[in-house]
Amino acid sequence: MPLLKNGKLIDDPWTHVADEVAVPTSGPVIVGLKRWREERDALIKRKDPVGVRLQSDYATSDVADDLDCLGVIALAFPVFRDGRGFTLARRLRERYGYKGEIRAIGNVLRDQYLFMQRCGFDALEVKEGETEKDWQKATGAISVFYQPAADGKETVSQLRHRKVS
Amino acid sequence: MYRYDPLDQRLVDERVEQFRDQVARRLRGEITEDEFKPLRLMNGLYIQLHAYMLRISIPYGMLSSTQLRKLAHIARKYDRGYGHFTTRQCIQFNWPKLEDTPDILAELAEVEMHAIQTSGNSFRNITADQYAGVSADEIEDSRPYAEIIRQWGALHPEFSYLPRKFKIALTGSPNDRTAAKFHDIAIILKKNDLGEHGFEIMIGGGQGRTPMIAQTVREFLPRHDLLSYLEAILRIYNLLGRRDNIFKAKLKILVHKLGIDEIQKLIEDEWNQIKDGPLKLPEAEIDRVAAHFQPLPYETAEADAKELEVHKFESPAFARWARVNVAAHKKPGYAIVNLSLKPTGGVPGDATAEQMDAVAELADEYSFGEIRVTHEQNLVFAHVKQSDLFPLWRALDEIGFATPNLSLIGDMICCPGLDYCGLANARSIPVAERIGKRFADLDRQLDIGELRLKISGCINACGHHHVGHIGILGVERSGEEYYQITLGGNPAMDASIGDIVGPAFSSDDVVDAVETVVTTYVELREKGERFLDTYRRVGQDPFKQKLYPEKTNAAA
Repeated sequence: MPLLKNGKLIDDPWTHVADEVAVPTSGPVIVGLKRWREERDALIKRKDPVGVRLQSDYATSDVADDLDCLGVIALAFPVFRDGRGFTLARRLRERYGYKGEIRAIGNVLRDQYLFMQRCGFDALEVKEGETEKDWQKATGAISVFYQPAADGKETVSQLRHRKVS
Repeated sequence: MYRYDPLDQRLVDERVEQFRDQVARRLRGEITEDEFKPLRLMNGLYIQLHAYMLRISIPYGMLSSTQLRKLAHIARKYDRGYGHFTTRQCIQFNWPKLEDTPDILAELAEVEMHAIQTSGNSFRNITADQYAGVSADEIEDSRPYAEIIRQWGALHPEFSYLPRKFKIALTGSPNDRTAAKFHDIAIILKKNDLGEHGFEIMIGGGQGRTPMIAQTVREFLPRHDLLSYLEAILRIYNLLGRRDNIFKAKLKILVHKLGIDEIQKLIEDEWNQIKDGPLKLPEAEIDRVAAHFQPLPYETAEADAKELEVHKFESPAFARWARVNVAAHKKPGYAIVNLSLKPTGGVPGDATAEQMDAVAELADEYSFGEIRVTHEQNLVFAHVKQSDLFPLWRALDEIGFATPNLSLIGDMICCPGLDYCGLANARSIPVAERIGKRFADLDRQLDIGELRLKISGCINACGHHHVGHIGILGVERSGEEYYQITLGGNPAMDASIGDIVGPAFSSDDVVDAVETVVTTYVELREKGERFLDTYRRVGQDPFKQKLYPEKTNAAA
């Protein structure tokens, strides 16, 4: 599946490993939360980085203590209407200061890219055929923001009062 | 009223172009209706029974005459010459064409209006007191805070895919006119012991199939913490609100499940993490917004009470209107005028393009070019000189907006029902029209006194039947329309949810049933009692006995 990382289409260096499949000996892998909990030490001992997949009903506190060990946190969108991932991403960035990749997986609409970027996602697994241009158009559609969010963009209120001072 | 600065304007302009692209993709077949649905809903575009319906936001009910003229123009050019004011202080047009909607939104943007988040599972138009800034009973004008919340909620990146729609009401007056306690969040301006202004925050109110009254989650919130506290509430709701069952997805269900103490703890924990962050409201921003709502340049001329009394003496019709539809203004010599959009036997909340233009004209002449929309589907001129009341009354009478029935039985709230709505089980407008005709005698209405009758065409309760003194709910039974009656609901601070009085009535019988309820009240009332007071004193039984005589006799 194509990966949009910071707006660029790239070959995904990470491999999703399903729960019932053995973890390969090398190469970056993304595993489910259950496996991460059960095989944490072994996964950390591998030479290559590891990431974890979180379903939308998990809490960020489930991985809060492990953030330094995780290269990717993949947040699932079972359907695009399930907006929990937006909150999970902001918490990871803003409360826990997570610096690794936050990626959206599952049912994501192009029209959500901007909100995802604002909430701290920097990678999206996208449908075949999506282009960098689509991403640029979607994230560039709106250029003024009322809310402070994980992207640190200056808000309308900040712009207003910076002008004045 | 608030005027956009270039940043506000840019956001609305960009949103129009974004939507234009989304519609174009749909018309080219690049996206399916399924994929388009959430996009159009984010901009208030529904598919109803017969056509698209576009709902336009009127933030906290404030309209300028320029904006109202634009709505009239849209009604004429893109619709069938009328619009419908809603219980959320919005207006909806029932017949727009999909391909026209981007142009409609572009026209709205020209007058600082939009349809952002008027539908979908997002943060909806904030509603507020229609008498804000002019009533003597308020702590502070609520509109600056409403505008600040409007901006914070617009295109919120985290809260645009909530479990369900989300509604906030704000009142600056202890005499609530917004049905605040039936919103997901009720914000009530308060003064603390030190004389500082802040907010009481209540959560978990709502109507629909599970009506609930909001409960206090914070007694006093300092003003600068308003947005961070709202963000904390929304965040807990976004994470924990149910997403597996649309009928159990509202905040009220979560509050009920966790209990107010538990959810309060979650909210306060979240809030403590973020309250000193960038959401803290700078005084400069509160001042900037508040500057848009300064008192208007009222004249200091004393009211010529004598002239007014002469008009009242000479014209009993004017006297009655002045008594029923005019409210006290905090400025001596001025008055608040309610325009009734409930003509006898008409469609509650509808206005034609011609009426809108005429109202805009009158607002310019008599009320500083400002109009307010109420959740009870009427309009308000908030700044009328008492010496202008008589000519204004004559002008309003000419356009049909001077029916003297505010808060009386003729002043019904009514949803569009099965005449328009895809969700409805029964028609509601024709019932409203028939009840209106039955109680057409204005002397009788006045004698009955305050009586809030509210009609919904289905359990989603858009017509607020749960909080009607008399509520009517349309249901469908083997292809027939039936109407269930509830009694004793009340949207005000002493809120209550109406009790179902018994089996539903057929469409033929429902108006008689309302008549029976009203005559029973008139027989039982004691001096000075409103319908609600009598009902609360005597309970349901006397009404039941009159409504279902055979049943109660058989049981006896």
